[in-house]
Amino acid sequence: MILIQNSLGKIGASVLGLLASIGRVTLFTLAALSHVLRAPFYIREFWTALIRIGWLSLPVVGLTALFTGGALALQIYAGGGRFNAEALMPQIVAVGMVRELGPVLVGLMIAARVTSSIAAEIATMKVTEQIDALVTLSTDPMKYLVVPRVLAALLVVPCLVGVGDLIGIAGGWSVATGSLDFNSATYLRNTVTFLEPLDIVSSLVKGCAFGGIAALMGCYFGMNSGRGAQGVGKATETSVVAASVLILAANFVLTGVFFSL
Amino acid sequence: MISLHGVAKSFGHNDVLRGVDLEIPKGSSMVIIGGSGTGKSVTLKCVLGLVQPDAGRILVDGQDVTQVKRDAFLARFGMLFQGAALFDSLSVWQNVAFRLLQRSNKLSKTDAKEIAVEKLRRVGLKPDVADRFPAELSGGMQKRVGLARAIAADPEIIFFDEPTTGLDPIMAGVINDLIREIVVELGVTAMTITHDMSSVRAIADHVAMLHHGRIQWTGPISELDHCGDAHVTQFITGSAEGPIEAVR
Ligand SMILES: Nc1ncnc2c1ncn2[C@@H]1O[C@H](COP(=O)(O)OP(=O)(O)OP(=O)(O)O)[C@@H](O)[C@H]1O
Ligand SMILES: [Mg+2]
Repeated sequence: MILIQNSLGKIGASVLGLLASIGRVTLFTLAALSHVLRAPFYIREFWTALIRIGWLSLPVVGLTALFTGGALALQIYAGGGRFNAEALMPQIVAVGMVRELGPVLVGLMIAARVTSSIAAEIATMKVTEQIDALVTLSTDPMKYLVVPRVLAALLVVPCLVGVGDLIGIAGGWSVATGSLDFNSATYLRNTVTFLEPLDIVSSLVKGCAFGGIAALMGCYFGMNSGRGAQGVGKATETSVVAASVLILAANFVLTGVFFSL
Repeated sequence: MISLHGVAKSFGHNDVLRGVDLEIPKGSSMVIIGGSGTGKSVTLKCVLGLVQPDAGRILVDGQDVTQVKRDAFLARFGMLFQGAALFDSLSVWQNVAFRLLQRSNKLSKTDAKEIAVEKLRRVGLKPDVADRFPAELSGGMQKRVGLARAIAADPEIIFFDEPTTGLDPIMAGVINDLIREIVVELGVTAMTITHDMSSVRAIADHVAMLHHGRIQWTGPISELDHCGDAHVTQFITGSAEGPIEAVR
């Protein structure tokens, strides 16, 4: 009896803890958004964030998309061959990349690359009292650290997703034309005519949402880091896990919103 | 004038401050001494609002610090953090000129840099340090950059958290003179934390000793040597024997 009570208590406590965290993250998000519209705006920080989140992520995003597009083409060709549907490969690669794999893989790569670095940087700033120093210099850390990063991610991750989609399709195309005897022009025509505007819009909207999630999680866990090197490590770890899980969950919800209505 | 009334702060079960009462007259230099971990840094952070006290009131020029407009209030302060707390993403001069570069100050970049270089010179750093990054400096150099940043915007009230730890004796002397000069010539109100007794004698108008979460003794520097308080005597003579236990 006591055992059951204890374990029920533990489950209850962790559920309450989870709900409390969701509440805190929501409040943090609202606070960040409310600062977007109020001066001052730190352009320099914003540019740095754009470069670091966008430009410097291009190689990772490109490679991920290229290999995934190629592998997807091989799989669909092989799988489609089982019921003589190889010819549909270009369309399926395009839809798969643009609707799902492009945004999700780019989102997860951004979580790995950007969320972790934001969390580690801000957590280190917190641990070494740099955040306190900002406050004493009349600078709101929310405006100086959080808003530029979140805004930059919201703007630049959709672009990365767009690039990822294109490179993924290019990966499929190069496998198809290089080793599977597809005609290059037909492949491209099939891809272009098959994709609908909604596919592309959904891809970019997902990119925007995932970018926002990735940056917000990095900032939130960085700002709430514990003390010492351990605190920084824990903040980084939790932020990447939270961002990845939230990105996958958001992907499910957005896919539902876009394609089942 | 800064006054603290019954300021208390606990972190979990760790009761750090248990009712601190202290007055720092305008334009004077107060030095806080006390054992490691007694809450000296926390006291300064309470005044700045970086740490919320659990109880008590803090007044600056008669105004409760929880009821002032934060930006205008903080613009009057300069703070040297114990670990310097320099922004690693900015160069040394941008750190020093951080407040000057804010829009409200309407200073051009070149003017701000000029002021930064001048402040760096005052803390004994050469102009070529200005374009380096904090991570490239030694601990003592970082401390002095932090000091230059604290005084850069000519604040009315400056807090120095261990300004001379990590400095060689000559540099410590330079910094002591600088703090004294700032207080005497510019009429700044200063609150300094230090463990260095020669620094205390060089800087202080008044001394307060923090012990066990309260002010154990406070008085003018002239009375420090014959205050008759066993805690203070043990502290300034650096003796292991006395009322302050060595293991805390
Ligand atoms: N943010 C915090 N969270 C938890 N505990 C804290 C925090 N800040 C300070 N403390 C605790 O408060 C106590 C006093 O810390 P404080 O930094 O004020 O000491 P100090 O008197 O400045 O010591 P030192 O001379 O070594 O710098 C310490 O026990 C410290 O662990
Ligand atoms: Mg301290």
